[in-house]
Amino acid sequence: MAGRGITGDIRTAREHDSAHKHVSGTAVYVDDIRVPDDTLVVLIGQSPHAHARITNIDLSAVAAADGVVAVLTHADIPGRNDCSPVHGDDPILAEDVVSYVGQAVFAIVADSMLAARDALVLAQIDYDPLPAVLTIDEAMRARSWLGPSATMESGTPDDALASAPLRLSGRIEIGGQEHFYLEGQAALAIPGEDGDMVLHCSSQHPSEIQHKVASCLGVPNHAVTVETRRMGGAFGGKESQGNLPALLAALAARHCGRPAKTVYDRDDDFMLTGKRHDFRIDYDVGFDSEGRIHAVLFEQALRCGMSWDLSESIAARAMCHADNAYHIPHMRVVSHRCRTHTQSNTAFRGFGGPQGMVGIERVIDQVAHHLGLDPLIVRQRNFYPHKFSANGDKGRTPYGQLVEDCILQDIVPRLAADADYVARRAEIEAFNRSGGMVRRGIALTPVKFGISFNTTFLNQAGALVHVYSDGSVHLNHGGTEMGQGLNTKVAQIVAHEFQIDFGLVKITATNTGKVPNTSATAASSGTDMNGMAAQTAARTIKSRMRDFLAEQHQCMSESVTFADGQVRAGAATMSFAEAVMACYLGRVSLSATGFYATPKIHWDKARSRGRPFYYYAYGAAVTEVATDLLTGENRILRADILHDVGRSLNPAIDIGQIEGGFVQGAGWLTTEELVWDDKGRLRTHAPSTYKIPACADRPPVFNVALFEDGENIEATIHKSKAVGEPPLMLAISVLMALSHALESVSGAYPMLDTPATPERICLTARRLGGPGITLGDG
Amino acid sequence: MRDRITFVLNNRIEQVSGLAGDTTLLNWLRQTKRLTGSKEGCGEGDCGACTVVVARRQTDGGMRWHPVNACIQFIGMLEGASVTTIEGLQGGDDGVLHPCQTVMVDHHASQCGFCTPGFVMSLFAAWCNGDGLAPADIDTTLAGNLCRCTGYRPIVDAAAALEVRDLPPEFERQRRKTEADLMAAIAHDETVRLSDGHRSFTAPTSLDGFVQSFAHAPEATIVSGATDVGLWVTKQNRHLPDMIWTGRVKGFDTVARSGAHWRIGPAVTHEAAMATLADGRPDLAEVMRRFGSTQVRASGTVCGNIANGSPIGDLPPMLIALAAEIELAGPASNRRLPLESFFIDYGRQDRDADEFVSAVLLPVTPSPLFRAYKISKRFDQDISAVLGAFNLTIAGGRITSARLAFGGMAATPKRATAAETVLTGAAVDLSAFEAAAAALTADFTPITDMRASADYRLQVAANLLLKYGLDVTGAAVPRLTGAGLTGAGLTGDDLRGAATTGSP
Repeated sequence: MAGRGITGDIRTAREHDSAHKHVSGTAVYVDDIRVPDDTLVVLIGQSPHAHARITNIDLSAVAAADGVVAVLTHADIPGRNDCSPVHGDDPILAEDVVSYVGQAVFAIVADSMLAARDALVLAQIDYDPLPAVLTIDEAMRARSWLGPSATMESGTPDDALASAPLRLSGRIEIGGQEHFYLEGQAALAIPGEDGDMVLHCSSQHPSEIQHKVASCLGVPNHAVTVETRRMGGAFGGKESQGNLPALLAALAARHCGRPAKTVYDRDDDFMLTGKRHDFRIDYDVGFDSEGRIHAVLFEQALRCGMSWDLSESIAARAMCHADNAYHIPHMRVVSHRCRTHTQSNTAFRGFGGPQGMVGIERVIDQVAHHLGLDPLIVRQRNFYPHKFSANGDKGRTPYGQLVEDCILQDIVPRLAADADYVARRAEIEAFNRSGGMVRRGIALTPVKFGISFNTTFLNQAGALVHVYSDGSVHLNHGGTEMGQGLNTKVAQIVAHEFQIDFGLVKITATNTGKVPNTSATAASSGTDMNGMAAQTAARTIKSRMRDFLAEQHQCMSESVTFADGQVRAGAATMSFAEAVMACYLGRVSLSATGFYATPKIHWDKARSRGRPFYYYAYGAAVTEVATDLLTGENRILRADILHDVGRSLNPAIDIGQIEGGFVQGAGWLTTEELVWDDKGRLRTHAPSTYKIPACADRPPVFNVALFEDGENIEATIHKSKAVGEPPLMLAISVLMALSHALESVSGAYPMLDTPATPERICLTARRLGGPGITLGDG
Repeated sequence: MRDRITFVLNNRIEQVSGLAGDTTLLNWLRQTKRLTGSKEGCGEGDCGACTVVVARRQTDGGMRWHPVNACIQFIGMLEGASVTTIEGLQGGDDGVLHPCQTVMVDHHASQCGFCTPGFVMSLFAAWCNGDGLAPADIDTTLAGNLCRCTGYRPIVDAAAALEVRDLPPEFERQRRKTEADLMAAIAHDETVRLSDGHRSFTAPTSLDGFVQSFAHAPEATIVSGATDVGLWVTKQNRHLPDMIWTGRVKGFDTVARSGAHWRIGPAVTHEAAMATLADGRPDLAEVMRRFGSTQVRASGTVCGNIANGSPIGDLPPMLIALAAEIELAGPASNRRLPLESFFIDYGRQDRDADEFVSAVLLPVTPSPLFRAYKISKRFDQDISAVLGAFNLTIAGGRITSARLAFGGMAATPKRATAAETVLTGAAVDLSAFEAAAAALTADFTPITDMRASADYRLQVAANLLLKYGLDVTGAAVPRLTGAGLTGAGLTGDDLRGAATTGSP
């Protein structure tokens, strides 16, 4: 008997819970919060040097300037001078040495931002410049590493390489990426009694900010409460990089006894914060004439910047995705964590996975080119075995995890057929043979992305659910909303559990006072973990309600049902609100916490082995591009995507993540170029110089579908799969399609680095002997 | 003279006085009015998160709704106009969503929501104007709004759905009527001035008033659209003691035939000039479409783009190739000079301190062989690495004159005289273009910066001449455009295959 159902149930395309507020401008972000008139602003004084010793600081003129209330240096920090997430190596304000251009040296606390800006130029700081290491090449030459290089190994790679029928080697350089969340870093601190501090932060990790603020102020964690209602985008850039603005706001608020906020201007945000790591990957591959890969050696060098930040885990994830979807029996991945005098690079959607994946996709592509095979055939020949044929070592990753859920054999042929890949590739190659100045290319690339934090203890989450006596529900959990729809999905889960309309579930701001000791909302795990914790909390309350109602109505607890907004107990049928009121009058606790720890996972960091991932998410994309050999200009002409989200909790939100991830990934690999000069100054520090995709850059033909047979083999929340990060890597098909277009220039393999800007494509085409004017020396 | 600025904000009259002349609309909205729906994403007019809609009467009496980046709009520029922010859209006491908002919700077009008010306002402007929402126009309408979350597809779908909506709801009809009434009520012809005693913004209404203001404060900054001067304030933290605005001066906003030229006045925006400039010059139209964004074109002016002397402004090389002239007005007399002579060196133009750019003069004669090629990292809304603009006249199979101008290749927009010499008198043959391209090394020693390396600039400049040669000599040259690939024998249907999906 089908009931009336509930609105906003799981598996429905319920709109984002804040959609109405987004479109009407009433969604409140940190800088929109109504604050008292005496709220102060914090402006950071930055280092102009990549590496220098501070010999003298004179901030007296700054302090005396109109509107300036205080000027803070490291000496004003009562507790620890550290804003790092893990390693204790990020000073809040520099002490003796500065390690990148942009590093925070002092903080101006002023009545207004205009006053603070006017005062900024009055600082007198003397520096004694020191030698700076800026690039991966320089760091590798100088052996400038943050720690020992790591090695992951499976099989006997040296022997297998030596005995392989065919060999290739090469290098690819992969550029970094600025997050360019539309809302810059922002934090507001409000001092309270007993030295307490309440902060409102645009942060993926309120708990970490709580702990860092407490440590900086020298108070217990209980004295600090951090709240995050929403972020205006984050993408990993607010996992650890929100610490500094929050700490400075708290310091200013403590120092002056007034509320204080730090809101980064866009240029400051670029200069201060870390980005996606740029990588240099060297490879050596052994294969046979069928295109089967026997062995690969990878040497990954990543530019971490001046401190660790999250680079250790990012490097590990890059190593864990050096195989992508391919079962390569013998493999060694060496990872060098380069220390440079630049921004400390940080988490960014994919967390090293994308760079690792680009490495192996380049290898496969080059092998296919060498053999004259369609790269899709080579890809398919090397896929991990399908989930129904996995056994023994056959499907084990280089880090030892058995791949038990591979469905690429279902996804890829379906996508290739729907996108008419084979015929289009033939037509494109015929088009290119006619030899015009514009060439086209097409590529199909797969994604297999591991879900869970590599660091096992982070895989825990909590939730808090209250049911009020009128039947309305207050939902809180440890995850943060950055636009990904986490709050919507978790509210759908709770509405489903109680079988009430979505509108009865109140989504509330993430708050360290409600759910403690949370992990960052990251690693795509937000819904998996917080959804499960919220479900547990709701089930605890339901169980208490069942017990009480069973007794009241003289039936078995198990027979009490929640459906379609109603509760049935024995012969009685009542509304959910009536049932709740009955329980309240019967003195039943209607509040519960829920907790979840991801099962089955473990990771041995020292040996780079274990089962770091609960499961894998899969997908594939076919992209067609065109490029003008004379200029290097390029366009995506069409993209087709088939992506696996398990059983979707919300198809609209999932499609949104897939499309947005693809376009963001395409930007990373094409137009988004970070340029530092030889003094270590970032020259692309605003949207005028750093070009994220604009409206016209999305594929004009964009066919995106969810893999409808998807179902997580693990016991995840309603059999869904994480979707935040994996789709970004679908955009590797853009790079491979551009490479395909360039293959037509001379037949040689293009060895195209990223980002594939017009300049890089044009000069690559020229190197390959493509058309154009040969210039003398002038 | 009035010492206050009067305008309409969300259909209420606002009077502002005693503020610094360089106060931006966004800061005023967010800090003074506590209208925080308009967001700051970049502070330089590139991201569109602060987009508001400014309604103005056109010279023909009609109303036009301009999307404007509030972050670089000085508040004095609003005299007499009507500003609608995201807070002003919803109708009625029950706050029912405006159709421009409803379509965004219906299409799941917001994720983090921070860019969303700006997108809604860009849609609102297009919808009010009744243009810019046809499928082929949406990318251009939205080029000035960056979204980092969605990948744009749902936003474009929302925009397309808006096009077919019925007549505006009653509350919107009422809103427009009230807006027009209030604007009529505050209209006047006096000069207005906003000042806090340190920094002033003066908006004269007549040429005489403009000249007098300028004579009174010869060090004043002349502002037109503030799409550059705005950044001096927001990005360089410069304090401009006095600004004088061209935007209110009668006659400054006209494009008129003047003998053999089109005369483009100092306050004519790119948007207003486009119809004239683009007529018969499709390449100029396409570059202008990619130039800035809808917001920037609605505020920025043709004369301002020239007067600021940027080496990479896109209009100057195109106008130089078209043999445009510039008119400078000073206290003694007006003078005219070829546009290329105006640019002396980086940051230096042939303009005396007491002169201002009073017009750009574009020959009305057609230039069938005019072509322009804009090279930038991103197709839309990006500053060029190189812009090549070429124009030839041909007679009897020979090239009789050549104007080859480049942006991004030198400290100023500059003609490639060595290459022009090679072409002039040559037979119309690809080899002539190849020789001219090779001669560019004598014309230019470009720099390496964040937009491009010197090597690429020179290579692509030369290749553009080759491309031009292929075009002029009759080879079919497929071109990449904002919409994809054209002229390659492909149609959209060839690529489309399966129907576009996306919405679940």
